[in-house]
Amino acid sequence: MYSSTGIDASNFVSGVDTAFMVILGIAFFFLISITATMIYFIIRYNKKRNPIAKQIKGSTKLEIIWTIIPTILVMVMFYFGWAGWRPMQNPPENALEIETTARMWSFNFKYPNGRITDTLYVPQDQPVKLNLFSLDVIHSLYIPAFRVKQDMVPGKENQFMWFTPRSLGDYDLFCAEYCGLQHSYMYSGVRVLPREEFDKWYSDTSRVVSTAGAAPEMKGLQILRINGCNACHSTDGSKLLGPSYRGSFGATRIVETDGEKREIIVDEEYIRRSIYEPNSDIVEGYSSGLMLSYKDLISEEEIEDIILYIKSLND
Amino acid sequence: MTREGNQHDEISYLRVQGRYRGIFAWIFSTDHKRIGLLYLYSIMTFFLVGATLGLLMKLELIAPGKTVMEAQTYNGFFTFHGVIMIFLIIIPGLPATFGNFLLPIMIGAKDVAFPRLNLLSWWIYVFGALLALSSQFMGDGPPDTGWTFYAPYSFKTTTNMLPAVMGAFVLGFSSILTGLNFIVTIHRMRAPGMTWLKMPLFPWTLYGTGWIQLLATPVVGITLLMVAAERILNIGFFDPSMGGDPILYQHLFWIYSHPAVYIMILPAMGAISEIIPTFARKSIFGYRAIVLSTLAIAFVGYFVWGHHMFTSGMSGTALYTFSILTFFVAIPSAIKVFNWVSTMHAGSIHAEPPFYWAASFIFVFMIGGLTGLVLGSLATNVHVHDTQFVVAHFHYVMFGGVGFAFMAAIHYWFPKIYGRMYDKGMAKTGWLIFFIGFNTLYLPMFYLGIRGMPRRYFDYLEEFHGPNIISTIGAVVLIAGLFMILSNLIVSARKGEKASGNPWKGNTLEWKIPSPPPPENFEETPVITRGPYDFN
Ligand code: HEC
Ligand SMILES: [Cu+2]
Repeated sequence: MYSSTGIDASNFVSGVDTAFMVILGIAFFFLISITATMIYFIIRYNKKRNPIAKQIKGSTKLEIIWTIIPTILVMVMFYFGWAGWRPMQNPPENALEIETTARMWSFNFKYPNGRITDTLYVPQDQPVKLNLFSLDVIHSLYIPAFRVKQDMVPGKENQFMWFTPRSLGDYDLFCAEYCGLQHSYMYSGVRVLPREEFDKWYSDTSRVVSTAGAAPEMKGLQILRINGCNACHSTDGSKLLGPSYRGSFGATRIVETDGEKREIIVDEEYIRRSIYEPNSDIVEGYSSGLMLSYKDLISEEEIEDIILYIKSLND
Repeated sequence: MTREGNQHDEISYLRVQGRYRGIFAWIFSTDHKRIGLLYLYSIMTFFLVGATLGLLMKLELIAPGKTVMEAQTYNGFFTFHGVIMIFLIIIPGLPATFGNFLLPIMIGAKDVAFPRLNLLSWWIYVFGALLALSSQFMGDGPPDTGWTFYAPYSFKTTTNMLPAVMGAFVLGFSSILTGLNFIVTIHRMRAPGMTWLKMPLFPWTLYGTGWIQLLATPVVGITLLMVAAERILNIGFFDPSMGGDPILYQHLFWIYSHPAVYIMILPAMGAISEIIPTFARKSIFGYRAIVLSTLAIAFVGYFVWGHHMFTSGMSGTALYTFSILTFFVAIPSAIKVFNWVSTMHAGSIHAEPPFYWAASFIFVFMIGGLTGLVLGSLATNVHVHDTQFVVAHFHYVMFGGVGFAFMAAIHYWFPKIYGRMYDKGMAKTGWLIFFIGFNTLYLPMFYLGIRGMPRRYFDYLEEFHGPNIISTIGAVVLIAGLFMILSNLIVSARKGEKASGNPWKGNTLEWKIPSPPPPENFEETPVITRGPYDFN
């Protein structure tokens, strides 16, 4: 009815949608019948038609009836809500486990073979379990078509969500918990592939999808995209939460190191340090604590590509 | 105020000359009626600010991408909008304005139990409000955390959230003192013969609310202090990087903020329970059932806060306990709706403006309540939690429920407060425009939420565009209706036709004294022999 896909995109859709139908059905029934009764009374017992009111003070029988009926109905509604939700708590043993990390303002997905992506690729009909981690504030992973949502609380262990994708296609994936400036841009997608296609995609373990034939520095841009750097750094010179890459290479910066101000020049070493220990030198006019270290996420070679790309923005 | 225009023979509370003159005769007055009006004017002023912010946000959302403001401004706006609407308007809302004005009169007393404390509450309110407002103009920019101040974002943001938190803390004291004052007043000052079960329903709901204010508000006070301490001293209650727990913050916050919803809605229900019998010329149906359901809501309402946290990873047992309790709160609310509608049965209905507001209150409140069932149920909550659906739901309850009841109340008690009547035709037209605008604004948001659009979104994907346009149009219509309603009331307070002591033929005590009431309310203390809704 209200599925954005119109189909069973995941194993939870039918349970959740049944609960929706039951509750919305009961809700519409009461809304319409009570409103209609009220309007009827207002017309029927208008002062012109009924100049003298009949003083009725109540009826214990009615009070009992309209306490019991709603009580039964809420139990029914509770049951359907519980039944649709319970399977979400029990991931199957054979699920494909994907380490999912959120930070301001991007998600990334790490597969068992080490492959990292910013879009979630999953095989059709395979149970998938996302182990959820947040590096900074609370985020919430939400895939409307699958009817799943789970908060990602920093520092909390054993957070997960699971589902079995049923239909091929691309689906939206949002961050649902407000997490600051770019919250509404913290979204990505889920791509459900047929088994063979997924396996082919999966076996390509180079961490970055090669842009065949493209200039080497474009690899740098890919890495920045996948790691969500562009949420805070622009490539066109405009100031976001962090300084723009454009024109930064070779520029002089005033930075604060351990509370001391000093002047430095942006070079390879500085960029490397900015990525691995972002809070050791804080650029004047920007806040500390926003950018987190990418020590285990970005390799030395990848930093070389990033530097190539940043340099390329200068010409 | 309406001093000049008032030509009543008896000296009314509006004209009486006390120790101070001019504005001081108001801001230092301990007369519960004047204090009620002080709250009314403060609340209306803040409401205009909050509504303007709401309209601007809706304009921003008329199209994807940036339209009228930056993302940071938008995030600041929804924070400020929420803080104003919740802490400055809906929580004090009906109790502080109509409660202050009417509670003593309706129970046959000359004033509340502690008139000076009552004035102090208003001063604390103003101080808290200014503190909260100062966050907009000082320091490193307006807070951008949302009115919920969720940790750890509220500690990471560089914006100026401390004054807003301290403002909310101070406002809590105002609320506690008002609650205490009302409870004591109701226990000690009822007129001779007014047994508990002869007390009108509006005071009954103020009584339920008073207890929630007294018992729940300290929890949020402590929580907000912890937030302040955390931010200033870096203690680490809630910061995971220092071993704290962000979920603890959410529990503490909602332990108060959920019962707060009932602080807001109970007096609204009370006002409706006064208005419907008067305009149906008929005794309220099921007086005892309404009293019992009021107390049941106040009680069960303490134990449902967890339904704000179904996706935060609480244990399964906690989840379904909170879910089932949430469903149980729906029952007393349903009972009230059945009783209100039954009151109309076999009545003699005078469809005056307050009745329009009251009947439409039942409609919008039902939508708010019934969509609450979707949120109380586990499976469906997971899907629509933190989406536009939730926003639509609580605007139906808060703005639809409390807001419509407030409008009903002001149109009902206006002639009592000012001794003048407004233009009824204009009031009805204003109501119609407002009602249409309201539903056009919020109904599409239910749809958007079910389709998966998260809340607190500055920008959205093209697939959500259509319903957002409709919603923005609704916002513009609603504001137009609001202007019509308010201008009618403001003009009529000075220039309206004179109203008699009992223009609606009401039966409760406030209608037995002149309009506007004399400073001491009653010349001699009334003795109560009949129930509040005995119409013959
Ligand atoms: C949450 C926002 C955020 C994200 C995401 C982010 N950064 Fe930063 N970055 C900052 C801020 C703020 C600064 C300036 C403060 C500082 O020096 O730490 C900064 C500084 C830098 C600098 C020094 C810039 C200069 O011109 O002096 C570099 C280089 C950098 N970041 C690279 C990256 C890379 C590469 C990524 C992705 C792997 C990334 N950042 C992700 C916020 C972010
Ligand atoms: Cu997020």
